[in-house]
Amino acid sequence: MTDVASTNSQNKHPFTLQGKKATRFGFGEGLVTLGERYDNVVVLGGDITGSVMTSYFKDKFPERFFSMGIMEATATLVATGLALSGKIPFFASYGAFAALRNTDMLRISVAYNDANVKIGGGHAGISVGPDGATHQVLEEMSILRALPNMTLVVPCDFLEAKKATVAIGEHYGPCYIRFGRTDTPLFTSDDTPFVLGKAQVFREGGDVAIAACGPMVWEALVAADELQKQGIDARVINVSTIKPLDNETILKAAKECGAIVTAEEHQITAGLGGAIAELLVKEHPTPMEFVGVKDSFGGSGDPDELMKLFGLTSADIVEAAKKVIARKK
Amino acid sequence: MASLDFQIYPLTSGFHGDSRPTPKSDLVKEYGYDTFVPFTNSASNSDEEITSIAREIRRDIIRSLVEAKSGHSGGPLGSSDIFATLYFGGVMNHDPKNPWAANRDRFILSAGHMCPVLYATLANAGYFPKAELLTLRKLNSRLQGHPGRDMGLPGIESSTGSLGQGLGIAVGMALADKLVTKNSNRVYALTGDGELQEGEIWEAAMAAAHYKLDNLCVVVDRNHCQIDGRTDEVMEIDPVADKWTAFGFHTIHVNGHNIGELRQAFAEAKSTKGKPTCIVAETYMGHPISFMNDDFRWHGKPPKPEEAVKALEELL
Repeated sequence: MTDVASTNSQNKHPFTLQGKKATRFGFGEGLVTLGERYDNVVVLGGDITGSVMTSYFKDKFPERFFSMGIMEATATLVATGLALSGKIPFFASYGAFAALRNTDMLRISVAYNDANVKIGGGHAGISVGPDGATHQVLEEMSILRALPNMTLVVPCDFLEAKKATVAIGEHYGPCYIRFGRTDTPLFTSDDTPFVLGKAQVFREGGDVAIAACGPMVWEALVAADELQKQGIDARVINVSTIKPLDNETILKAAKECGAIVTAEEHQITAGLGGAIAELLVKEHPTPMEFVGVKDSFGGSGDPDELMKLFGLTSADIVEAAKKVIARKK
Repeated sequence: MASLDFQIYPLTSGFHGDSRPTPKSDLVKEYGYDTFVPFTNSASNSDEEITSIAREIRRDIIRSLVEAKSGHSGGPLGSSDIFATLYFGGVMNHDPKNPWAANRDRFILSAGHMCPVLYATLANAGYFPKAELLTLRKLNSRLQGHPGRDMGLPGIESSTGSLGQGLGIAVGMALADKLVTKNSNRVYALTGDGELQEGEIWEAAMAAAHYKLDNLCVVVDRNHCQIDGRTDEVMEIDPVADKWTAFGFHTIHVNGHNIGELRQAFAEAKSTKGKPTCIVAETYMGHPISFMNDDFRWHGKPPKPEEAVKALEELL
């Protein structure tokens, strides 16, 4: 395995690759932590509990786990009723169904009520692999960003997924947490800071800033090391909370680096890149490039093949960084 | 083990200015809203007293709608007897002086567009001043066009208005009471009959029966009307009662304008164990106003001033 930190960089990031583990396991473990701490945390299952790891909670706290069968819309409504009765309900399914099939429920019943409902969206992005386009959710961040009161979190690895799950449970209000199916690099540690609503600078640099979320954060770190070899000093920002966006950290990066690349396993339209563009165009217009899915559906394939085909690798981030630097004023 | 307690009520994030609209003072006096004494909720209220309260609710619906110049008349007028029985016949355990008491029964208006009757009922019970009924649908009013929890109106348990969603929320509340908190509270939900065309209704019904939520009582306001016409012409939903029975509910069919039948049905729901209850209440949209009764064209429009005068005369 590559240890990126061991390159001859003058400006190393502090992370070591510790292997691979899917973020969904972090979600599952985070739920158990919450269940141990608070007796009003309850979990609703949508038939695929073993895939989205709500099965951990189900096994440990069967009396606080309620199967809702294959009815995502109503599970969202039942979660609303539980929340309005003082419980802290989590409902998780594949993001395609937990955030899009039930969008009207998330809008009227969850967000408009400001109900304390937590939605877990699994199998996110194209890295789901062979299941193909129907199960590869690439649009839900754009939709959920538009809902008032909604908090939107995309953890970068297994450990951050666990911390983020606990954090949204301890925070009042509607939250959506996005996690993946495929094993992705585990590189943070228990000591890596995570604060809901705060972006973390994972690598300092002044030539270009790469703002990434989810497993694309590791790709950004790899890209930054490659750029270093070419004499380019890239800052890497882990934007784990997409909404509310940490405007301060993003604006600082735009001012100090003068160029920004965003990287997400999601449609470019109105996702992380869109959120940052909306901020910068108003506060500090900055050249930007966007790494993400370009207005297309996914498809079946091996996760690595898909990430290459759709332009979501560290090499794509390197290319985007060079492009945006060339556009710097 | 600890509970993570977040304050749920009141929510007032929906205000977009400094103050609520002011009711017209001349109307407040004319209608006697300034000296109104709320009705009490009691099992000892006679059927005649409940009928008389329902008539007062209907008058308030007409007054609030004509002031609003928009809103739904037919469903609210037709279901007034159901609301009067629920809130004043000793059916629901509720306390207007302590609207968020932990041991309250909850009411969810799944058919959110029918809110004029809910607002009028709550005002007559003393949840808020009756004068406020004259601010229906106005800027910053707590009486939104469809119920909005963000306005903090006492008695509004949830925002509703996208049809089919309220029942699922009621199921979640009943689940919380019966299987998580394990208390004896009851949850009531009212749906329209056209609303039964929404698929989520049947998902929620399936879930309620699966969890044997005998603390849940659904009332279907069966007036056979929806905006575009008669329900059997727009999208047939019969046999309504058989559908609920097939979904695992104890089902009761009543005349929704007969207070005695409604009280008996609610009592039967309370004593039914092991399954939720659905009361299919046959009503007439716009009842009993002569020019509205059983006419689907009154689903979504308010009376004009001269029509309101006539309706109020009929309700004396």
